[in-house]
Formats: sequence, C-alpha cells, structure tokens
Amino acid sequence: MYIIIVGGGSVGYHLCKALLKEGHEVLVLDKDAARCENFEDDLGSVCVRGDGCEVAILAEAGVSRAEVFIAATDEDEDNLVACQVAKHKFGVPRTIARVNNPENEKIFRKLGVDCPISVTTLILEHIEEKIPTHPLIHLLAMGEEKMEIVEVRILEGSKSVGKLVKDLSLPSDSILALLIRNGQKPQVPTVDTVLEVNDRIIALTTTDSEVALQEELAKD
Amino acid sequence: MKIVIMGCGRVGAQLASLLDADGHNVTILDIDAHSFRRLPPSFGGMALVGDGTNEEMLRKAGVGEADAFVSLTQGDNRNVMAAQIAKHVFNVSKVLCRIYDPLRKDVYDALGLEAVSPTTVFAQLLKDKLLAT
Repeated sequence: MYIIIVGGGSVGYHLCKALLKEGHEVLVLDKDAARCENFEDDLGSVCVRGDGCEVAILAEAGVSRAEVFIAATDEDEDNLVACQVAKHKFGVPRTIARVNNPENEKIFRKLGVDCPISVTTLILEHIEEKIPTHPLIHLLAMGEEKMEIVEVRILEGSKSVGKLVKDLSLPSDSILALLIRNGQKPQVPTVDTVLEVNDRIIALTTTDSEVALQEELAKD
Repeated sequence: MKIVIMGCGRVGAQLASLLDADGHNVTILDIDAHSFRRLPPSFGGMALVGDGTNEEMLRKAGVGEADAFVSLTQGDNRNVMAAQIAKHVFNVSKVLCRIYDPLRKDVYDALGLEAVSPTTVFAQLLKDKLLAT
C-alpha cells in the first residue's frame, strides 16, 4: 500500500519506520532539510523536502495513487489543509490527521477528514478504560447526531444495585442495550432485569444525557 | 452589518477601519495585541486578542451572530481553517478568506470557499501597469 505522511517529527518518523517494517511503500514530506537528512541516514530515500499542503509538491509525490494520507505535523491548520487537498484535489480515499487541540477533532470530521486522531483524547479514553473507579466509558461517538455508545459499570454501593430496570428513572433519550454479567452470556436487559454489582451496561445515549444516565446507574 | 475580521495586519486593520467608518459593527481578532497599533484612534469597533482557528474564541468574538467573516492572517492554512469553521460550524452567510498560494486557492474555490489570492491579483495588476501605454 502506498502511504504518504506529512510531517517528519517524532510522530511521522516512528509511523514511517513502523509502516516500512510492515512492508508498505511510504513517503514522508517535510519542509525542514535537517529532518529530511535524518530520514535519509536512518531509513533510506523515504523523505522529500517540501510543504505537504502545496498542490505542486503533492502532485510530484504521486499523491493520487496513495491509498492512505497521514498529516502528522504539530500544527492543526496544516494537518487540516493537507488532508483536504489530498482528498479533494487528488482523491485519496483515506485521510488521517493528527489533532493537537482535542476540540478540533469534531471540526476536522465535519470538514471532511476521514479520521482525526487526538492524542489527548486517546490518553483520556485509556484512563477511563483502565481505571475501574471510572464508571462511564465512552465506546463510540456517533458524530452528527450527538449520540454515543457508552459502558457503565455498576460499582459496589451504586444506588441502582438490586433495583428493577423499570424502577430506574433513566433519561428518555438513553437506552440500555446490553447487559454483561460475569460468567454469563451477554443479554438484553428487560424492564424486569435486576441490576447487580459488577454488571456492565452498554447503553446508547445522547451526549447531553450522559451525566444523568451515569448518575442514575452508578452514583452512590 | 456585523463583521468579524481575523488578523490585524496592514490589510486587516485597513479593512476594519474602512468598514467601521461606514458604520458597520466590526470586531477584529489577532493573536498579538501589538498588532492593534495599526488601527486608527478613531476606530470604534472591538479589538480582541485570540486565535481565530479556535472555535471557542470565534464564539467569544461573536461569529455566531456575524453577517460576515474575513480571515486575513499571514498563514494560508490558518485562514482556510478559520474561514471553514465560520462557514460550516457557525453558518456565517458571507465568508471570505485570503490564500496567497494560487493553487491552494483553486482547491478551495472548488470546495465552495470564497477566497482571494493576492498573488494572482497583484501580479496581474503589475503586468497591466507595465504593459499599459
């Protein structure tokens, strides 16, 4: 697969190295001569000096035959423009942008970047997932509709323990979709399901009701 | 008309004072407060320090209620990003953006973003002046 990476900083460098190792054809674009030399010394002829937002440079790099285009500089506006030019001018099917300010993640998605990735968001998600005291985990955001799929853990002492689902006052725009209980097959909770400690609920909710849902299920 | 301008360089400051003198409600943004020295003492609009590629900052500058937005910083990409946020997030009806690189301007023309390339315009103007008899 032909992959183009804009930005030869540490993210670009290690991405390039890993993708080459997997056998992909990789080309890095960077404005800085010293960085390009560094690539030349370590990884061979994989780096071309130039501005990855410039149409002429991208044409020269053969972007139109790239299957994946990654913009990995530390400037959000550069990553956005590079991806948009690659996508709309050269028809690259998959554009990936590093997002430095997490608030830009949804803006990038709205403006046509296929996959905006914020390191801050990734670290936060990791913390949510690995630290068991955090009762709500974001599993999937469904962009435009402001809907999301979350996992809520019923912790010891939660006020929902021992209650029937129908007796909970859940937000009207939240649905409990799945119940995962230790040692059992996943089941769809019904109105007569009784919640137990350590139950994991997969729920569909709006972002606005997320807090209310979490409080009803997992608050002490 | 309420107009928000991003970038208080020579062009931004000049445009802001012209529009202000015509009685429009003008807000001008720049990341460096020192840039506001270019505004004339008579300027009656608002000058705000902040980054116009930041959605929150644009909201504070009143882009949500603006009739027009113009991005005029030195960076093409910054201008493009701010203009697209104004157009697609805040639904401002008139959005203009400066893009120095003519090829990049063509790409955004095709995407429906109204842009002006000073490079093309100025080169043409110079050529016309040179060849005028």
